[in-house]
Amino acid sequence: MSGHSTYQPQSRFMKWFEARLPIGGLVYSSFVAYPTPRNLNYWWTFGGILSIMLAVQIVTGVVLAMHYTPHVDHAFNSVEHIMRDVNYGWLLRYLHSNGASMFFLACYIHIARGLYYGSYKEPREVLWILGVIIFLLMIATGFMGYVLPWGQMSFWAATVITNLFSAIPLVGESVVTWLWGGYSVGNPTLNRFYSLHYLLPFVIAGVVVLHVWALHVAGQNNPTGIEPKSDQDTVPFTPYATIKDAFFLSCFLVLYAWFAFYIPNYLGHPDNYIPANPTVTPTHIVPEWYYLPFYAILRAIPSKLGGVVMLLASIVVLAFLPWLDTSKVRSASYRPAYRVFFWAFILVCVGLGWLGSKPAEGLYVYAARLLTAWYFLHFLVILPLLGLFETLDRLPSSISEAVLRQGGPLGAPARDRV
Amino acid sequence: MSSAEHTRRDFLYIMTGAVAAAGAAAAVVPLITQMNPDASTIAAGAPIEVDLGPIAEGQVIKVFWRGKPIFIDHRTKKDIEEARAVDWHTLPDPQSDEARVKQGKDQWLVLIGICTHLGCIPLAHQGDYDGWFCPCHGSQYDSSGRIRRGPAPANLPLPPYEFVSDSKIRIG
Repeated sequence: MSGHSTYQPQSRFMKWFEARLPIGGLVYSSFVAYPTPRNLNYWWTFGGILSIMLAVQIVTGVVLAMHYTPHVDHAFNSVEHIMRDVNYGWLLRYLHSNGASMFFLACYIHIARGLYYGSYKEPREVLWILGVIIFLLMIATGFMGYVLPWGQMSFWAATVITNLFSAIPLVGESVVTWLWGGYSVGNPTLNRFYSLHYLLPFVIAGVVVLHVWALHVAGQNNPTGIEPKSDQDTVPFTPYATIKDAFFLSCFLVLYAWFAFYIPNYLGHPDNYIPANPTVTPTHIVPEWYYLPFYAILRAIPSKLGGVVMLLASIVVLAFLPWLDTSKVRSASYRPAYRVFFWAFILVCVGLGWLGSKPAEGLYVYAARLLTAWYFLHFLVILPLLGLFETLDRLPSSISEAVLRQGGPLGAPARDRV
Repeated sequence: MSSAEHTRRDFLYIMTGAVAAAGAAAAVVPLITQMNPDASTIAAGAPIEVDLGPIAEGQVIKVFWRGKPIFIDHRTKKDIEEARAVDWHTLPDPQSDEARVKQGKDQWLVLIGICTHLGCIPLAHQGDYDGWFCPCHGSQYDSSGRIRRGPAPANLPLPPYEFVSDSKIRIG
């Protein structure tokens, strides 16, 4: 495709500058003239929302770091100092802690969008794998951030999660000692978590640049899963996608603000307002909601090493998805059987999340095992077989045909139809 | 230049690359090693001595060594009999009670009080085996600290310790 227009610097300064660093042209071709499929729905706005959430987390985080003290004797009090003494500290901290939840919420929707519309398929495999890497980095960053307030949940989350590495045969104990920088979770652990929690968001930002770059090479997928074939199938990024993104971002920020202002502790745990105490374990340890499905998988496996392996596998399996799904058709819109399995998979994930918040006993354990089995069956058995045996709905020949199915000539303005 | 022969230049390229790789590997060593316990942490992890005199029969005390809780249990006759009555070959992590205490000091059980499942601290004198119960995921240990029920894979570990006198131990 030829695209829609090219950047023409107007002022003499911009002409002078563009000849030396053509950044205006890069921005213009990437975010103004960039052709986007004309049929993108609101599920496609979450990429932009995630970029904004990353920026929000970095800005609020850098500011919080100006007031926080990464030391076991002072960390808890410095967070209370932020809440009570620092100007707008309460706001910045609640935005940061609830921002993490919103970040993960948007991320899960973004991943589910990719699963539904087959956005991981050729030629977007690298784009997808970069996304899985971002997700892994987010998990690590979120976990280390949760440790920083040094409350009871912080301390015991750090203990339980670092102990996962002790399941590694032979070197497990040495690895855990190395992670702790001591013989138990302590000040060296808190210090390095703080350092890495500050670093990793910028690593995420770097991988996001690669992610967007790969996106702009392959082009966006769309609800039909059919590649744009002519200029009639696309519209320029600005104003169409920018305005749509901005509108839905605003809606998303309303939800975010509602959490931050009205129920800022709803997603947290009261135990984390008790200072860390290495002598007493809280009676019911649960991670933040966004880790619950993986926590359920960990606990569902009756062996310690097996649980840790399955926990990792449940995320890493996503990276192999482009080759596990054998269907040539991308979008679930034309795969009726896959649609059923997709929603079953979403229910399984939500179910695992719910089970992860329950004590690991009795029927909960058996339910978690059943859903864990289904989680892996979905990727390792159902998706490979489905592509070979499913019956497909008729595919439209182009995006325009799908959009204008109700009649009307191709390329006609919308008001002339219906 | 179309010779398939190995030239002096090939040799120089390989040697340059090898030196750069070795240098990079050497630079990684301090970056990785700095994360291991530092000198002050190791010094603070030196052995500690605990006086057993004040611990009454049936009492469990908790001391800290290397940031880990150490349980010292002054076991009753009943505790010891129960721990020895069971056929230990059938336990999830088979170990005899005799192997978990010092010879002739059957009443003193010294354990690292960290659940072998995911690192929580079990509660003493709870559960069905007169031992420990982990509140996190329900693991139960008997009066010898052996895992009897629940998700934990192993018995509560024993710290390195020795009796320096009849009523004093050194842990570490």
